[in-house]
Amino acid sequence: MKNILQSLRILLVLTVLTGVAYPLVVTAIARVAFHDAATGSLVKKGGEVVGSALLAQKTESPKYFWPRPSAGDFATVPSGASNKGPTSADLVKSIAERREKLGKDAPDEMLTASGSGLDPHISPASAKQQAPRIASERKLPLDRIENLIELYTERPQFGIFGETRINVLTLNLALDQPQ
Amino acid sequence: MQAHDWIQLAIYLAALFVLAPVLGKFMHQVFSGERTFLAPLLGPAERLIYKLGGVDAQREMRWTGYVVALLAFNVLGGLLTLAQLMTQAWLPLNPEHLPNLPFALALNTAVSFMTNTNWQAYSGENTMSYLSQMAGLAVHNFTSAATGIVVVIALIRGLTRRSGDTVGNFWADLVRCTLYILLPLSLVFSVVLVQQGVPQTFQEYAAAKTIEGAEQIIPLGPAASQIAIKQLGTNGGGFFGVNSAHPFENPTPFTNFLEMLAIFVIPAGLTYTLGLMTGDRRQGWTIFGAMFALFIMGFGLSWWAEMQPNPATGLVSNMEGKEVRLGIMNSTLFSTITTDASCGAVNAMHDSLTPIAGGVALVNMLLGEVIFGGVGAGLYGMLVFVILTVFLAGLMVGRTPEYLGKKIEAREVKWAVVAALAPCVCILLGTAIAASVPAGSATINNQGAHGFSEILYAFTSAAANNGSAFAGIGVNNDFYNYALAICMFLGRFAVIVPVLAIAGSMVGKKIAPPSPGTFPTSGFTFIGLLIAVVLIVGGLNFFPALSLGPIVEHLLMAAGRTF
Repeated sequence: MKNILQSLRILLVLTVLTGVAYPLVVTAIARVAFHDAATGSLVKKGGEVVGSALLAQKTESPKYFWPRPSAGDFATVPSGASNKGPTSADLVKSIAERREKLGKDAPDEMLTASGSGLDPHISPASAKQQAPRIASERKLPLDRIENLIELYTERPQFGIFGETRINVLTLNLALDQPQ
Repeated sequence: MQAHDWIQLAIYLAALFVLAPVLGKFMHQVFSGERTFLAPLLGPAERLIYKLGGVDAQREMRWTGYVVALLAFNVLGGLLTLAQLMTQAWLPLNPEHLPNLPFALALNTAVSFMTNTNWQAYSGENTMSYLSQMAGLAVHNFTSAATGIVVVIALIRGLTRRSGDTVGNFWADLVRCTLYILLPLSLVFSVVLVQQGVPQTFQEYAAAKTIEGAEQIIPLGPAASQIAIKQLGTNGGGFFGVNSAHPFENPTPFTNFLEMLAIFVIPAGLTYTLGLMTGDRRQGWTIFGAMFALFIMGFGLSWWAEMQPNPATGLVSNMEGKEVRLGIMNSTLFSTITTDASCGAVNAMHDSLTPIAGGVALVNMLLGEVIFGGVGAGLYGMLVFVILTVFLAGLMVGRTPEYLGKKIEAREVKWAVVAALAPCVCILLGTAIAASVPAGSATINNQGAHGFSEILYAFTSAAANNGSAFAGIGVNNDFYNYALAICMFLGRFAVIVPVLAIAGSMVGKKIAPPSPGTFPTSGFTFIGLLIAVVLIVGGLNFFPALSLGPIVEHLLMAAGRTF
């Protein structure tokens, strides 16, 4: 009985400490120091929120770069992956359909669904593979699109961590910018 | 396997080698009751908590008292969370107006977080209110982590104390662990996470109009504070459904690096604490060495497998279920670390790993989560194997087995066997039942051998208190919610109770000085022996089950078969 009372009291104290005070302190620091990062890294265009710099969004127009396939069709609440295994016939079928749509030279990453369903990045190879489509749709010279890809390519963080990549939303917003 | 990958790996390992002793030394200070550098700041808070809790932190407990307090605290915490989840709609901080959880899911989730498993049959963003996340689940992330750590500290006291029959005070250990170790580390880590882009806010979900004019809901919440402790406490329960694959949960390669480091730093540090508590640092490095060797072997195999082309899909790059910013090496490294430690956070979908890499993840858990393992749990699990190893070595050379100068006798070996086999029984029985009844196989997401792997993985993850999943399988139904809750509970407490019993039975034993006949429990010979025992126990238990899952799938994939 004594144990139960003590448990209850310690639980309440630790809940206040780790479940209320701690997240509040972090939120206060976040609000003061990193307000944009703490509230979803929202991207605005002409004052309107068009998305988050960290989340892919469904983009189908041939005038834009397309993100990687999303098993949940870019749903965000919740997002999801295919969870198809390496010997899945469904996966083989999806790959064939995507290859049909994207072209025989589409990199493997564009034929496979991302882990989050919201992968905001594609590799430079995937961007270059899409460049001719965008150049022709927008009636722009190909090298202009390729320059833009080069400009928006993110190197590994601090030169060390992660892969070379391109944020699709940022690149698409750059496409829409007047010259 | 480019130079770029090897450099990242080398930095990770170097950071682990540097941080483990630093943190290990600090944890030794905390648990020996010494004044730490945080004492001026946190000392008053510590004393206030004891006062509010009505506990006498000075009173030493025998193992039975320790167990009773631990069980009362944990079960009560689980019940409170169960009640909270079932009433969240009526509680504050629920801007998305999410409904109450049904009983089966609430029970599964409460047991899951209480046992440091963090198996999730739900996605946070459409299920959990902000209050449920931060004042329910995240609290368990602290308390279940602290519970694991204090159990191994009590065990080490039992193994090393020269007199008395007590193993420490549960309340003091719990509070000091939370206050001095988990909270400060989480605070620092969460601020870095926010800076890198992890949300930390109480605002409602944001609405965006995409560049093509569609509506996009952007889920938010107090995520960073929870993600920090979910990694550090080897809990693993994602704030968002897809866990650390979600760009909000793991936005950059740097957060990925830190999240991987956070998983291992406390379990690795505890091996150094062991060395300090035994007064012989080699004892700690020996355990570290065995864990490290098993980690590297698993990672090497997994990485190699992920770099091979897949003849069944015709793809060269296995990017299904992975993220571009992280790439294959960082995804494979994360999957190895998270299953070595009983963390269960994922940055890539394990269901879509190649059969060998998915199999390594399974084996890491099947071996008992002793490759660094859960915070505290990994080390006490490994010490159970140490007891079995000195026992077997004693049988081979015909000597009374001893560890750290204390005799290992029938009582301890019996408890060690219970602790080593309890999770195995849950895994094999649970998988066998699930594979034979319609409710168990109705919701699998893949056909063929991979479907069986999904079931085996679910029961393994639950009983080993890992929490990661071959997540295609549908588990939010009565069968899996209840069956896995039972496995999680037994996998946790049917190990903790025997471990504390061992602590209690060892603490009163005399320490004999080493003699020429003493079997040394440090050095490379012992590392080799310990690894062999871990692999043999795991292999004998699980080889048949693995043959039906990942092994046969690997062979079929090589033959280009699909299902």
